[in-house]
Amino acid sequence: MRQKLTLFFASRWGIILVGAVIGTLASLLQKFDNPPNMGICVACFERDIAGALGLHRAAVVQYIRPEIIGFVLGSLIAAFLFQEFKARAGSAPIVRFLLGVFAMIGALAFLGCPWRALLRLAGGDLNAILGLVGLAVGIAVGVQFLKAGFNLGRSHKTYSSVGWILPGIMIGLLLLLIFRVQFSENGAIFFSAKGPGSMHAPMLISLAAGLIIGFFAQRTRFCTMGALRDVILMRDTHLLSGVGALFVVALIMNMILGQTKLGFEVQPVAHSSHLWNFLGMSLAGMAFALAGGCPGRQLFLAGEGDGDSAIFVIGMIVGAGLSHNFSLAGSPDKMVDGVLQVGGITTAGMVAVLLGLMVCITIGFTMREKFNQEGKR
Amino acid sequence: MSQIVDARGLSCPQPVLLTKQAVDKGEFPIEVLVETVTSRENVRRMAENWGCKVQVEDLGEAFKLTLTR
Repeated sequence: MRQKLTLFFASRWGIILVGAVIGTLASLLQKFDNPPNMGICVACFERDIAGALGLHRAAVVQYIRPEIIGFVLGSLIAAFLFQEFKARAGSAPIVRFLLGVFAMIGALAFLGCPWRALLRLAGGDLNAILGLVGLAVGIAVGVQFLKAGFNLGRSHKTYSSVGWILPGIMIGLLLLLIFRVQFSENGAIFFSAKGPGSMHAPMLISLAAGLIIGFFAQRTRFCTMGALRDVILMRDTHLLSGVGALFVVALIMNMILGQTKLGFEVQPVAHSSHLWNFLGMSLAGMAFALAGGCPGRQLFLAGEGDGDSAIFVIGMIVGAGLSHNFSLAGSPDKMVDGVLQVGGITTAGMVAVLLGLMVCITIGFTMREKFNQEGKR
Repeated sequence: MSQIVDARGLSCPQPVLLTKQAVDKGEFPIEVLVETVTSRENVRRMAENWGCKVQVEDLGEAFKLTLTR
């Protein structure tokens, strides 16, 4: 039975099913009051967690998102049931941390992870096209580095407890959420009273959706970055069929639920500053490609014991803190007295995105096996 | 002449890329060592796409895939 299930999940129908499940649950979560076009967004939700912990003080984006907790724990459960939990670590952790930081800075310039880019487009937000094209370009550059011998080195088997650290942190976050702990008056844990952070589905529904997605995604290795990378690198469309299913199903679900609004301007939690939508996601895409997974995949890997992915996740959460503390994140379009105010990012945000691109390119060029061998000679 | 690809501890797509290099050399059988089920499935799927026959052996700490043509 277990063998049969494993084979099914590894098949094309398996990955399509999981993409469809994510698309359906994301649309439903929005129906249950998650923010618009943000049924699920790994980057945004990690940013909300950073805010809840007080790592940034943007009052409108602070909430401990149970979906993220569910992703990690759902993957952990799947990994244990199928005997795939393997604690491993030690593949250039500091580089992964840095890639996580810049991935988040790029994603927040655009205002979304690859999942949300797809969900935004499925909700009619055409700005997402710029983001998705940027993502593809970033990944394509990453693929060139992979072809030239880039890799972050081998990980090593380690103590089981190492693999438990991020799941443990998630259990801690869940307790903080359930008991709404407040450590001091006006202090953390913060919960937004207005804005996207205040919009959320009931906790148990969010957690259940997260657990289901985490479980299935661990079984099928669902990954948006991997989908594009495998097509560019090896003409392999296996993962892409799952990503396609996510988009198509979310599109249909949004139409059924009346959650579609077509256009560029004043889309929910989005801006129409095209260049920075493109460049922000190029940065994120390159960082994901170099780190070997999109933000969702990094959570699922961390759930099955990968300590290096856990470091990437922590990097993203810290990156969210920096992004908001230094005002690097995108601000949405606004209508003021009937006049459109195009949002976008600050000059500091632009500098950060360009710096991130330079850092990723430097990492890509200098961490090639061939480069090392030449260096030794 | 058989070839051995030791991809233990490497994360995807590295195991697939190393396997591809070996397949391109054209010397079979190729023995590929990987650690995770993800890598095992990726290498298996791609090798089958390249027209190889794949046999998998569970070594406990790792998986050994034997590719023949």
